[in-house]
Amino acid sequence: MTAAPFTWTRPHLLDLESLSAQEIVAVLDTASALKEVSTRSIKKVPALRGKVMVNLFFEDSTRTKTSFSLAAQRMSADIVDFSVSTSSVSKGETLRDTARNIEAMGVDVIVIRHRSSGAPHLLSQSVQCSVINAGDGSHEHPTQGLLDLFTMREHLRSHKPGATSPTPEGPPFAGLHVAIVGDIANSRVARSNIHGLTKLGAKVTLVGPSTLVPNDMKRLAAQGEVEISHDLDAVLPRVDVVNMLRVQFERLTSAAFPSVREYSRFFGLTAARLAAAKPDLLVLHPGPMNRGLEITTEVADGANSAILHQVENGLAIRMAVLYLCVGANSVRQAQPV
Amino acid sequence: MQTLLNAAQIEATLAALAQRLLDDPSLKSVPAHDIVLVGIRSRGELIAQRLAALIRKTRNITLSSGALDITMYRDDLSGPRAITIPQGTDLPFSLDDKFVILTDDVLETGRSVRAALDALIDFGRPRLIRLLTLIDRGRREYPIAADYVGLPMDAAGPDRKVIVHLTPTDAEDGVYLE
Repeated sequence: MTAAPFTWTRPHLLDLESLSAQEIVAVLDTASALKEVSTRSIKKVPALRGKVMVNLFFEDSTRTKTSFSLAAQRMSADIVDFSVSTSSVSKGETLRDTARNIEAMGVDVIVIRHRSSGAPHLLSQSVQCSVINAGDGSHEHPTQGLLDLFTMREHLRSHKPGATSPTPEGPPFAGLHVAIVGDIANSRVARSNIHGLTKLGAKVTLVGPSTLVPNDMKRLAAQGEVEISHDLDAVLPRVDVVNMLRVQFERLTSAAFPSVREYSRFFGLTAARLAAAKPDLLVLHPGPMNRGLEITTEVADGANSAILHQVENGLAIRMAVLYLCVGANSVRQAQPV
Repeated sequence: MQTLLNAAQIEATLAALAQRLLDDPSLKSVPAHDIVLVGIRSRGELIAQRLAALIRKTRNITLSSGALDITMYRDDLSGPRAITIPQGTDLPFSLDDKFVILTDDVLETGRSVRAALDALIDFGRPRLIRLLTLIDRGRREYPIAADYVGLPMDAAGPDRKVIVHLTPTDAEDGVYLE
C-alpha cells in the first residue's frame, strides 16, 4: 500500500519558523508544478476563481506587491489594492479595525506588509480570512525565504544531481553550505532564510560587520548549524550559495559601519572575490540592489547570478502559497463546527 | 478487499484497449505523430505510458504520451476536500490539431474528466478528444461518457470503492473493491 498523500492544512503563512520541513517542501513542490503555467500562451488556471485578495501594504514595495498581484491573477483571483496613505489608517484607525472592515467586504485573503514585527500574527487572530505575511519589520519575509529556497533547489537539481540527499526521507539540503552576507540584525529576509535553510538541513554562515551580525544571532535557529563570521574572504571559497542582503539605509543607524566605502571593501561581492569562490557558486540577492555597494554590476549580471530567476520563481512561490492557504481556509470553513 | 482484476488481467485489458484504439475508424488514417496519449495524474498517466509501450511493442507504432495535472481545475476547492500538492502537467508536445486520447484509471462521477477537458483546451485546440478508462464505475454526476472502457461495472452494485494499483507507483498491479 502507498502512504496517504500529504495534505496542507494551514490557512495562513506568517513565518517559516513555525513550518515543518515537510510543509516547506510541499510549498516548493506546489510552486514547481505551477511554474509551468507562466510558460503557456494562456497564463492562467481557474483554481481561485471568485476569490478576492487584498494587498494591505503599510510599507513601500514594488516587486513583492506586483508579484503577489500577478500571482493572484494567474490563479484567477480578483485583486484589491488597499492604499494606506489615502486610507482611514492616516485618520488613526487601528490595524485590527482596518482589517475587519476589509474582511467585511468579502475578502478571502489579506497580504500584509507592516513595519511592526508580529503585525500579521495579530491580524490572523482577528479575522476569518487567510493572512499572508509579505514582510513584517525585521521579523520575517516568508515568501522571499521560500523563493530563495526554491532557487537553490533548482540550482542543486540542475548542477549537482548527486548533491541532494540520496533518500527522499533525508534532509533535502544536506551538504549545502549557504552564506548570508550583510545586515543580518535588521533583515527579515535573513531570518526567513535561516529558519528555512536549517530546517532543510543546510549549513548557514552569517557574514557581516559585528555591529550587524552580533554573536547571539546563532540562537536564531533552534536546531541546525549556524556559524558567524566577520570575514567574507575566508567564508566565500567554502560555500555553495551566497545570499547578498541589501544595505537597508532606512533601517540603519549611523553607527552601524564607518562608511559605505569601507562596507563595500570588506563585504561587497566583487568579481575579484568571486574568483576565489567555487566556480558554480550561486549568487542571490533579494533586491532592490545597491549596485556598487553590496554587489558589483559585473557580479549581479554575471554567470553565477540567479537574481532574475529569483524574481521569476517568486511568482510561482506566491501562486503556490495563495492556492495552499486559501484552499486550506476554505476546507476549514466548510467543516461543521 | 475483493480482487476485480489481477496483474495478468490488467495486462490483457490494456492490450484489448490498445486494439480498440487502433481499430477506431476515426483514427485509422491519422499519422501516428498526430495521435497523443494524455493521462490524468497520477494513475491515468501510468495507463497512457503502458498503452504507448504496448502499441510500440506489438505494432511498432510510437505514440507520444504526457501527463495532465487537474488540481487547479477541480470544482471543489471551496469544499471540505483536503488540499493536496499538485504534481504538475507535463505535455512535451503541442495539442493543436492533435487527436488526443485522454486516459484515466477509474471513471465515476465524471468530474475529473470535466476538469481535464478544461485543462486540455488551455494548452491548445485538439482536432478531437477521446476518453479511455480502465474501469467504468457508472454513477455519473456529469454528462460524460467514455469511448473505450476496459471493465464496465454495475453502477447499481454495492457501494464499495474501486482501488487501482499500478507499478511503479504501487508495489503491484491489481484492481480491487474495498
